[in-house]
Amino acid sequence: MSKRKAKDTPKPIGECITQLQKYLRERLCHDQLPSRLEASEAQHKHLLGLLQRTAIHGESNSVLIVGPRGSGKTALLKCVLRDLLQEKEVQKNLLQVHLNGLLQTDDRIALKEITRQLNLENVVGDKVFGSFAENLVFLLEALKKGDRSTTRPVLFVLDEFDLFAHHKNQTLLYNLLDVSQSAQAPVAVVGLTCRLDVLELLEKRVKSRFSHRQIHLLNNVSFTQYIERVGSQLSLPDDFPDRRFAQEWNSSVQSVCEDKSVEETLRRHYNFSKDFRSLHMLLMLCLSRISTVNPTIKPADVLEASRLCFSDAKSNMLHGLSILELCLVIAMKHLNDVYEGEPFNFQMVHNEFKKFLQRKSNSMYNFEQPVVMKAFEHLQQLEMIRPVDSSSAKTQHEFRLMRLTLDNSQIIEALQKYPQCPTDIKQWGTSAFG
Amino acid sequence: MWKSAAGHNVSTKVAAQGGGDDDWETDPDFENDVSEQEQRWGAKTVPGSGHKEPISVSELRAKVAAEHEQVKHQETTPKASYGYGGKFGVETDHVDKQLHPSYEEERLRVAEQLPCRELQAGMLLSLMGEPQQYSLPCIFIYGHRASGKSHVVNVLLKELKLPHVTISCAECISAGLLFEHVLLTFLGADAAAALPRSPSLSDFVRIYRQHRSCRVAAAAQHTTRYLVLEKAELLRDMDANLLSLLVRLQELVEDNVTVILLSEIVWETFRPNTGCLEPLPLHFPDYTKGELHEILSRDRHPSYSADFYSSYIHILLGVFYAVCRDLRELRHLAALNFTKFCQPVTEGKACVYVVWSPVKESDAHKLWRNIEPYLKKAMQTVYLREISSLEWDKMQQVETEAGPLRALSAHAHVELPFYSKFLLIAAYLASYNPARTDKRFFVKHHGKIKKTNFLKKNEKMSNHLLGPKPFPLDRLLAVFYSVVDSRIAPSARIFSQISSLVTLQLLTQVSHAEQLDAPKYKCAVSFHFIAAISRTVNFDIVKYLYDFL
Repeated sequence: MSKRKAKDTPKPIGECITQLQKYLRERLCHDQLPSRLEASEAQHKHLLGLLQRTAIHGESNSVLIVGPRGSGKTALLKCVLRDLLQEKEVQKNLLQVHLNGLLQTDDRIALKEITRQLNLENVVGDKVFGSFAENLVFLLEALKKGDRSTTRPVLFVLDEFDLFAHHKNQTLLYNLLDVSQSAQAPVAVVGLTCRLDVLELLEKRVKSRFSHRQIHLLNNVSFTQYIERVGSQLSLPDDFPDRRFAQEWNSSVQSVCEDKSVEETLRRHYNFSKDFRSLHMLLMLCLSRISTVNPTIKPADVLEASRLCFSDAKSNMLHGLSILELCLVIAMKHLNDVYEGEPFNFQMVHNEFKKFLQRKSNSMYNFEQPVVMKAFEHLQQLEMIRPVDSSSAKTQHEFRLMRLTLDNSQIIEALQKYPQCPTDIKQWGTSAFG
Repeated sequence: MWKSAAGHNVSTKVAAQGGGDDDWETDPDFENDVSEQEQRWGAKTVPGSGHKEPISVSELRAKVAAEHEQVKHQETTPKASYGYGGKFGVETDHVDKQLHPSYEEERLRVAEQLPCRELQAGMLLSLMGEPQQYSLPCIFIYGHRASGKSHVVNVLLKELKLPHVTISCAECISAGLLFEHVLLTFLGADAAAALPRSPSLSDFVRIYRQHRSCRVAAAAQHTTRYLVLEKAELLRDMDANLLSLLVRLQELVEDNVTVILLSEIVWETFRPNTGCLEPLPLHFPDYTKGELHEILSRDRHPSYSADFYSSYIHILLGVFYAVCRDLRELRHLAALNFTKFCQPVTEGKACVYVVWSPVKESDAHKLWRNIEPYLKKAMQTVYLREISSLEWDKMQQVETEAGPLRALSAHAHVELPFYSKFLLIAAYLASYNPARTDKRFFVKHHGKIKKTNFLKKNEKMSNHLLGPKPFPLDRLLAVFYSVVDSRIAPSARIFSQISSLVTLQLLTQVSHAEQLDAPKYKCAVSFHFIAAISRTVNFDIVKYLYDFL
């Protein structure tokens, strides 16, 4: 029973599953563009109109697309570009320059990138320019077409627009927007950003040159639309090779979406966040459970995927601490309760722990101070406690003030789930008094 | 209750009429036939009381063995409801099949190398999917150290022969090293050579895009490449945008690449201010005690039986499990102490209760008695890395009786000259006593001190919890002169001893180095240490400490 094909399952099922995985993974992981975006029709039309005016009629424009992370800004732009480039004239003339705030961290680097993307490296050669503006104007002049004396329209796409606003003097932004305001060349500047307050970041002179046109993608979907979205993301398209399998799959997706427990889970996700990316992560976890032994999607898959998404990371880490470290965490919790969140140091925690040991007359956990110190340092390495100030020079280890980064509820939940927790420690942890 | 009612059935409980009362009334039919023997031990009417016969242990053993055989038989015979096999095999646990079906033969090979991690390996494989398919842009694996994160990932990637590169972020002091390594492994030496001197993020992405169509090591087209970054928490301190870049690498270079981040710290602390693409978090839970036992028993010495080693591991876990669950530490301790453990067996005798007796492999109790003090000593020395494992081996071979444990850190057995000791004691007193109490301790006729003000202290203010306080040089000398019996003149010798104490880091200088006229110091030793020193000079330090009043 070595290769998959030698197994006694009918061949088409394995093939179908592979095809299914391929389609859905491209859609969920690789952000494949849908044929049309349902939720943002109006924004699509607006942006398309704007860019058409630049590309065809030579009108300069600037616009910002604003929306939280994962709300589909890049997808919107790509869809619009795809529709725009279907016209032959645009395809022939329009030049595109894509810049990203994460990559082009400096204006100099950005300028080199623009030169490269416009394929003007030979033209620039070894010229030295006095200022940024001269360089940019030279580049745009060089784009004059052969027969007409106007330059070709250029589309500048600035991803992570807010990061460009942190450059020195905002030179790049100033010059680009300046070009778009003056009648030098038809230029469209499209910025994508996740910050709603991006205009506050711009300097006065830059802001005045900006057209203040903003397209907001604010994810105003209702719950029923959200469930429909789930269904449509999981459904197979019509051009799937095996029609019968596709129909079966789509009907199972439908039945899962109508299931009550799945609806509750999806409502929980909806209340948490409505954006595409978290939805895709949930669906990807469901998809990973599909295989030849489990060829259709079931409500249990969705529930399990949701449980994985919502598991608390810190509680999971608390589960793996040793008993000594757990006792130290409980001692810190009591110190926080008694002294209302004031920072503590190792001696105080050790003192609290020793008081507990004396009360219970339990000599099993009576470890030496260096051993307890090692456990304390392990907690520090896991960043469950953090020093209040970062200067480590003058104070001894035992007396450095620390704060606990865990919440009381997390500690109590961890105590409940802790494997084979001794009862006296559990009682000490859950009691209100130290 | 009357005798006339004797014929009726009076033994039924009458619970309705205040049930407790009936317990006090004796039954009219009651006949006291308890013999004298039985009278001594409990009542006939109360079940379970009375003098029990001694339990026949051999009978109990036989009964338990028989029951065990029964249970084992039940478990091993196949159940009719599950089927007996045939074309499709017996129904097995669903978890087993989580591993992707196209990796059947590799699964068997991999399962051996990944004990107790089958579930996580299966999860990871199902997320990775087939080599030609796209996978998630970024996966974040977190868990305690030595919980098998890098081991599982590396074994999977190697066995399935997927193109990957594993980089530890501790080795990449600059982003350029990371980029060069990635380009070299994925795209060949040309791409790596094209990278400029101190590459920016933009250069990296550009060169990757240019060269992405050329493939190294004849891997098939469009196979997913994996970039595995260990100790990913160090990425937070590197270049500001590096983490945001890496989680979106798939989108930026337009290639089928997945980034896997491995870390001990949870994701919340990684997130940049304005957010970034959220990776899929995958948790590797810690090993349970049973799983630790199973894994530790795997490196057993070939000349001893598995049961013997297993009992040794059991003893080791009994001592260390409450303190440490890190697999690497436990393996280290197991390896160090095993020779000592089987020494009685190799020598053929062990000293138990000061009597030498012969020992076989199965005498677990004697072996435990022999090894227990050594394991306790190991906890205070090797576990804390106070001594190296080489020194530990030497100590074992010397074979003296486990005498008083020599404090091994150099700090503890430094020898100081006579006046330095008093200077240190004076420094400790000056650090841990508030200045206003000096009069009471060090002046001979201090008059009446009002008790109320004096003794009012709540526990938090105990200086031993808060740490030493700085004191000026004058105060140190004042305390020193009152503590030392003999009369000594302030000379350069005394002052130079203070400086040498600072060099030894027993005192720390708090004031700025340029302040020459009024330097301030703090005492940096623990109470344990200073108590040992004061014992050597016959000075009762506890009497002079404010916190111990």
